[in-house]
Amino acid sequence: MDIISAEHIVKTYSGHVALNDLTLNVPERSIYGLLGPNGAGKTSFIRIINQITAPDSGKLLFHGKPIQASDVARIGYLPEERGLYKKMRVGEQALYLAQLKGLSSSEAKKKLAYWFEKFDIHGWWDKRIEELSKGMAQKVQFITTVLHEPELLIFDEPFTGFDPINTNLIKKEIRELRDKGATVIFSTHRMESVEEICDHIALINKSNKILEGPLKDIRMKYRTNTYSITFEPREADLLKALPHNYHLVDHHRDNEGWRTARITLEDQSSPNEILEYFIQRTTVHHFEEVIPSVNDIFIREVQKN
Amino acid sequence: MTKNKIKLVIKREFLTRVRKKSFLIMTIVGPVLIGLLMVAPALLASLPDGPKSIWVIDQPGILIPERGSGQYQLDYLPPREFDLEKAKDFLQHSDHDALVFIPTGEGWDPDFFKRNIILFGKKDVPLSMERYLEELLERKINDQKLLRQGVDPEIVAQTKTNLTLKVFNLDEDGKERESATIIKMVTGYAAGFLIYFFIFLYSSQVMRGVIEEKTSRIVEVIISSVRPFQLMMGKIVGIGSVGLLQFLIWVVLSFGIFQVVSLTILADKFDTEKIIEAQKAMGPEAGDVSALMQFQQSLEAVNFPLIVLVFLYFFIGGYILYGSLFAAIGAAVDNETDSQQFLLPVIIPLIIGILVSTRVVESPDGPLAFWFSMIPFTSPIVMMVRIPFGVPYWQLALSISLLIGTFMLTTWMAARIYRVGILMYGKKINYKEIWKWMRYH
Repeated sequence: MDIISAEHIVKTYSGHVALNDLTLNVPERSIYGLLGPNGAGKTSFIRIINQITAPDSGKLLFHGKPIQASDVARIGYLPEERGLYKKMRVGEQALYLAQLKGLSSSEAKKKLAYWFEKFDIHGWWDKRIEELSKGMAQKVQFITTVLHEPELLIFDEPFTGFDPINTNLIKKEIRELRDKGATVIFSTHRMESVEEICDHIALINKSNKILEGPLKDIRMKYRTNTYSITFEPREADLLKALPHNYHLVDHHRDNEGWRTARITLEDQSSPNEILEYFIQRTTVHHFEEVIPSVNDIFIREVQKN
Repeated sequence: MTKNKIKLVIKREFLTRVRKKSFLIMTIVGPVLIGLLMVAPALLASLPDGPKSIWVIDQPGILIPERGSGQYQLDYLPPREFDLEKAKDFLQHSDHDALVFIPTGEGWDPDFFKRNIILFGKKDVPLSMERYLEELLERKINDQKLLRQGVDPEIVAQTKTNLTLKVFNLDEDGKERESATIIKMVTGYAAGFLIYFFIFLYSSQVMRGVIEEKTSRIVEVIISSVRPFQLMMGKIVGIGSVGLLQFLIWVVLSFGIFQVVSLTILADKFDTEKIIEAQKAMGPEAGDVSALMQFQQSLEAVNFPLIVLVFLYFFIGGYILYGSLFAAIGAAVDNETDSQQFLLPVIIPLIIGILVSTRVVESPDGPLAFWFSMIPFTSPIVMMVRIPFGVPYWQLALSISLLIGTFMLTTWMAARIYRVGILMYGKKINYKEIWKWMRYH
């Protein structure tokens, strides 16, 4: 079952097309990466899900039904441009945002107590936002996003400005929320930052979707039968005498002094053959299949079109 | 659900402002300060500012033997021994504060004196001293002119008549009511200025609030749970409620202060026996007491509850009108500095309202007063100026209806600008751009 289904969504801003016939499906309980360069249309799409804007045409389904105003209570959204009222106190502000999402004051307080405990920030309730460091404010923002236990969480460029400790903390919490049943949409132009955490992705470029599916399948599809092999540096001549069905992509010496080469098998022969070739002639230190990164796949797709 | 959300926004906007120390200070200190500001110049002027002594070189002998009065003392330098230069030098080294030089000129002509009398001050000459001397010299020169025509100045002084008209208005019942034009003018102008102040103050707070939400980047978080229109209206209503609360506290405080003052200080003076006593004892100064009574009566001629009621209507109307425009401006810009270019055209009508008011108090039923109290952008101010003089009900009703219609229109326009503007960052906005936003569906 898909929590979000976009059907032929078109959105234009005074002549500029932000989304061109976008169709995609976000499966329930997935961590879904909405990937693409800046200006591709990601934020436009997210704003449509949050009903901040409406599409010019097309439909957006939430749990299979056209999305309604009351559904905002079931969505948690951390926008790219995010902040808090600087003069307000942490507790008051969190309560206010939670009540706007439809929680009662007492419910919100109970849940806030849980999260403040979890993030070890109980002393912050009466602090003003302007007294907090950036990292501290990010924690508060995260809490206010997830507090009302939304079924769908949307993070737009979640890790820009996050320090590594907060990034890991948030990634851990997000996985936990997914395990508890939430669906998460990540939108980012830094594709490497979400590769390890997403299980589904959609690539968007210049208002068009160019690819969508489970990350594993996509990567398998884009395999090129290329392998990376690391061996003794002085045996560089081995690369010159490669069998005819091996194609050398590139090679270099790394910092530790090893030589690493990337080799593509042009027919459907087994990687064992490459390994055998090298093992017989030198000492192999490392051998693996080169699986394309999302970034590589993206570049390849963009060039293809 | 949606209704509750707008309530939440209103509550936040209201509470965050009312809880500020500055609100408390403004609310309590405000009326006291305004009172002081009105009383201070009078108080200061009535304070004697130490005796002043003035040297006089009286060549024609028109001032001698006048010794001065009040705080001014006149001392004469013999005109034969002192020319102007010497006298100036003498002033420099004496304790006196100023020097008056009256030259004779050719042929002993009073008009020549008039043109050529000079006053030198050791430092800046106070305005009060200048006035005192002008008045004194005018009188003396006048006397000289009368003498030349063979008229005795004493007789002229005796025949002089001072008249203050007692003015009454006939009200609708044909009953005569003492007119209190001055009080009405002051009340009208004060009410007009107060509404200008309130509208301006609280509308700018709306703008600042919108800019704050934009620059702190919280606005997108909020509008993922609340419609932009609700956020804007919640803000306008919340901040407006702060203004209403403040105004009502001011009314209650002023009324309280007035009661206390009239009970403690004035009550004493209104005791009739004491007035009679005072009239016997003080003679001419008893006039002050009857002036106070007159003041009290004049205040009664002004319908204060009606003024407060009309103020509330026009504050709400004018504030929503301007508040929505200010909200739109706040949404269109990234910071307060950028807001200047858009603020000007919005502020100009307010300022015109204040400028026109100076004429409206002179003629509160004239065409100028009528039209500017109908145009919704100036009507809150101008109508407040007119109201103490009495305004026909149909005019009030028409003006209020026009105001309501216009603020509905500006709010609708503002909402369209607002919902696009709050999500725009780092873009230089011009009128063309705003026009484009308004036409987005």
